[in-house]
This record gives sequence, C-alpha cells and structure tokens, in this order.
Amino acid sequence: MNKTRGFLRQWLVFIIVVLLWELVTRLAQHPFFPSPSQILATAGRKWFSGPPQSLFLTTEATGDLLASLGRVALGWVLAAVIGVALGTLLGRSRHLLDFVGPLMAFMRAIPSPVLVPVFIVLLGIGSSMQITVIVFSVVWPILLNTVDGVRSVDQVKIDTARSFRIPRAQWITGVVLPAATPKIFAGLRVSLSLSLVLMVVSELVGSTNGIGYQLMFDQRQFDFPAMWAGIVLLGVLGYVLNTLLLVVERRALSWQPSQASADQVVGG
Amino acid sequence: MTRTLRGLLGLLGFLLLWEAFSRSGLVDPQYFPPPTVVLTRFVELLGDPSFLLDLIASVLAWAIALGISIAIAVPAGLLLGSVRSIRVATRAIIEFLRPIPSVALIPLAIVLVGSGPETKITLAVYAAVWPILFNTIYALDEVDPVMVDTARSFGFGRARTMFTVLLPNAAPFVLTGIRMSASVALILVVSTEFLAGGGSGLGSFVLDASTGAGRMDLVLAGTIVAGIVGYLINEALETVHKRGLAWSAIDREAV
Repeated sequence: MNKTRGFLRQWLVFIIVVLLWELVTRLAQHPFFPSPSQILATAGRKWFSGPPQSLFLTTEATGDLLASLGRVALGWVLAAVIGVALGTLLGRSRHLLDFVGPLMAFMRAIPSPVLVPVFIVLLGIGSSMQITVIVFSVVWPILLNTVDGVRSVDQVKIDTARSFRIPRAQWITGVVLPAATPKIFAGLRVSLSLSLVLMVVSELVGSTNGIGYQLMFDQRQFDFPAMWAGIVLLGVLGYVLNTLLLVVERRALSWQPSQASADQVVGG
Repeated sequence: MTRTLRGLLGLLGFLLLWEAFSRSGLVDPQYFPPPTVVLTRFVELLGDPSFLLDLIASVLAWAIALGISIAIAVPAGLLLGSVRSIRVATRAIIEFLRPIPSVALIPLAIVLVGSGPETKITLAVYAAVWPILFNTIYALDEVDPVMVDTARSFGFGRARTMFTVLLPNAAPFVLTGIRMSASVALILVVSTEFLAGGGSGLGSFVLDASTGAGRMDLVLAGTIVAGIVGYLINEALETVHKRGLAWSAIDREAV
C-alpha cells in the first residue's frame, strides 16, 4: 500500500502530463505534433521490428545508433585520457600552467560548433571529423577539473609521501590521482552530456549516418513522428549514459567520506 | 618572469606553431590559413558594420536567453528545493526532459518557429535552465538546518527566512550554475544560428563564410571573435563571483 502510494506520488504528474499530451495532440491533429502513442509506434516500427536473431533490432537501429554511440564513446574516452594526463602534468608542475593558462581559457571559451567547418575541410566528412570535434570541445571541463583536483592534494599527504620516499610514478597513481578523483568525475559528467550535444551537432552538419543525421533527414522528409522518436531516443540515451556514469562514480568514490562536490549537474 | 609575461609567451608560442604548421605544406594554406592572415581578417572584421551587427545579434540573443533562464530557474529551484512534495511529483518529468540534448530540438524548432531570433533564444533557454535549476535545488539542501531553525525560533515567516537565510546561502551555488549556463547558452545561440542559417548572428556569418567560397580565413576570424566573447563572459562572471561572494568559503567549480 505504502509502496503504491510512493510510486503514485512520483509518477502521477508524469502520467497526467503524458495523457494530456496524448489528448491534446489527438484533438488538434496538428501535423508537427504527433501524439505520444504515434511516436512510440513509429519508434517500435523503426528500430525494434527486426528479426529475433539480432535482438529485434532493425539494421537502421544498429547502423545509426551504433555509429553515434561509438563516436560519443570514443570521443569522450579520448578526451578523458588527454584531459587527465595533461591536467595532472599541468597541475603538478610549478610554471607550466602559467604558460598555457590564458591560451586554455580562450580555447575553452570558443563555442565549438563554429569550428565544425574548419574540421570538415581539414579532415573531411566522417567519423574522424566528428570525434575530433567532440574531443576538442569536451576535453576542457575534464582538463580544468583535473588541474584543480591535482592541486588540492593535502599538505600532510605530500609530506608523508616525501618522508617515505615514495617513487614518482607511485606518488602520482597512489596519492595525487585518488585525491583528485571527485573533481575529475565532476568534469567527466559535464563532458558526457556535452559530448552528446556535440555528437548531434556534428552529425546534423557533416555526416552520412547517425542519430543526428537521421533527425535532419526525417525533418526534410516531413516525417515528424520519426523526428520526435529520434528526440525521445536521444533523451533516453542521455539518461542511460548519465546513470551509468553515476553508478561507476559511486563505486569509485565509495571510500570518500563525502561527495559534496560530485552532485553538480549540467544540461545541454 | 611574471605570470602575465609567461601567459603571453605561451600565446605567442602557439601562434608561431600555428603559423609554421600552416606554411609547412602539410595542409592547404587556403583551408587552414596562418594566423598572420587570420588576424588581419580579424582586424578588418572589427571595422565591418555588417559583421558588428551579427556580433550584436548573437550577444543580445545570449543575454536575453540567460536573463529568461535565470528568471525561470531560480524561482523554480527555490520552489522545488523548499517544497518536497512538488519536487517528488515533478522529478520524473524533469529526469525525462533534462537529458534531451537541446541541439536535437533544432530541426523541430526550425520547422516550428523558423530561423528568427526566437528560435535561438528558446533553445538556449531550454539548455541553460537546467544547471541553474539543479544548483539552486542543491544549494537549498546544503543550507545548515541550524540556521533555518534559528530563523524560525526568532519568529521569521517562510518568506523572510527565504530572503534572509536561504537565498544568501544559496547564492554561491546559484552563481556557479549561472556561469555554467552562460557558456551553454552561448554554444546554443551560435549553433542554432549555424545550423538554421538565414538569420543574423556569428553562427550564420561562419556558415556563410564556409559554404560557397570556403573562406576559412573568415571562419577562423569569426571563431576568434566568438572565443573572445566567450572569454569575456567567463571573466566577467568570475569577477562577479569573486567580488560579490568573497565572504563565502565554497570553492569554485572549474567548468
């Protein structure tokens, strides 16, 4: 009884809004606004009506979805590796940051979609261009948060490590990086939603497949239920990716006494 | 050697590398022009009235969008943060709406509203509301309950507690949210201009320069202008944050 009440309290408004949406769109019959049931039916037909041996996924689903997901994953992981490595280097060195600081402040302020044409002429249309766009834009939050985290290592830890004469490699992996993980994860989370945004932008402009390309294609075909289905899919994707990262973060930071700074959220 | 001098040296080194790379023959200099060319274009653009109009259009759209986002998100955040039942009831909708990358709405917005300034402002607001909203809600959770109880025991009403205790305590977090939103809104304004085309703004300028003649020198000069705008916005908000909230001990998030 209590459980159903809690469930109702959480979902009641959501259900009412969806029902209202259904009702209004059915009454209005506006071509731009298909009803939720229509959107779901389209999504089902489009992506989940394939043969059982491929888990009911259609070739369209595997083609576009995998292409887009692959780009996001590769771009984000590359940015994470570059960001953490460079961030550790810059954060622990005394003067290096002074040299590149202003340059970085300027680079991260560039709204990266305007760089898409530059990357298109340099790399052509295709995955390498899209991944470069993603890496270039999402590396900054990770890099800057890593610098911040790496600099905030406790003085006692520094002194202890020094008095035990811990080798340099072990000092970085055993003391500096663990101390910086909460900050690094905060940066990773911001970057994840940002890479989804950049994936869509780069696919809207220069691509031959992917969810973003499909969105633009459906719009030009005036296939609005399909376009709405694409938008919903992107929302689901963003939610799933964010939840996955949260799970990893909780595991990785379970030894931390407090995770106050880990609860920043960004939209995109 | 002072810090500023080091920073300038770093910038100079980067420009030299870029110049060398463009002239090395590894890339077509027409596709990736050297900084000497780009900076000349940059100076020319600053004297070009039609470009300045584009710049003003973008910055204005950004400012309006950020203003609307603050006006929506701060009151909504205060409401959701202080009334638990509303927060629980709306959580499912928010969790569903938030992760939709707002650029995915660009094709829809182009069909619905066209490519006028309303489109970019609407999309930028959609994207910029979330960081402020979540930071405000989060800030109210962080307020020391002793302070709230103290206010209550002194007989403060709900509204007075809100304005004298909760809001000042939440301010640093809200400002962090606003800073995140400011850069997100700029990205959205410029991307919408770039993808929708037709209208005025930095994004459409870059689009016009890149299609057709493929004037990469103009594209890069426009990019530099966009970067400077973003940089100035960041710096201004950071100064506000440091000056206005010098009393707060919360360290700033580097985003």
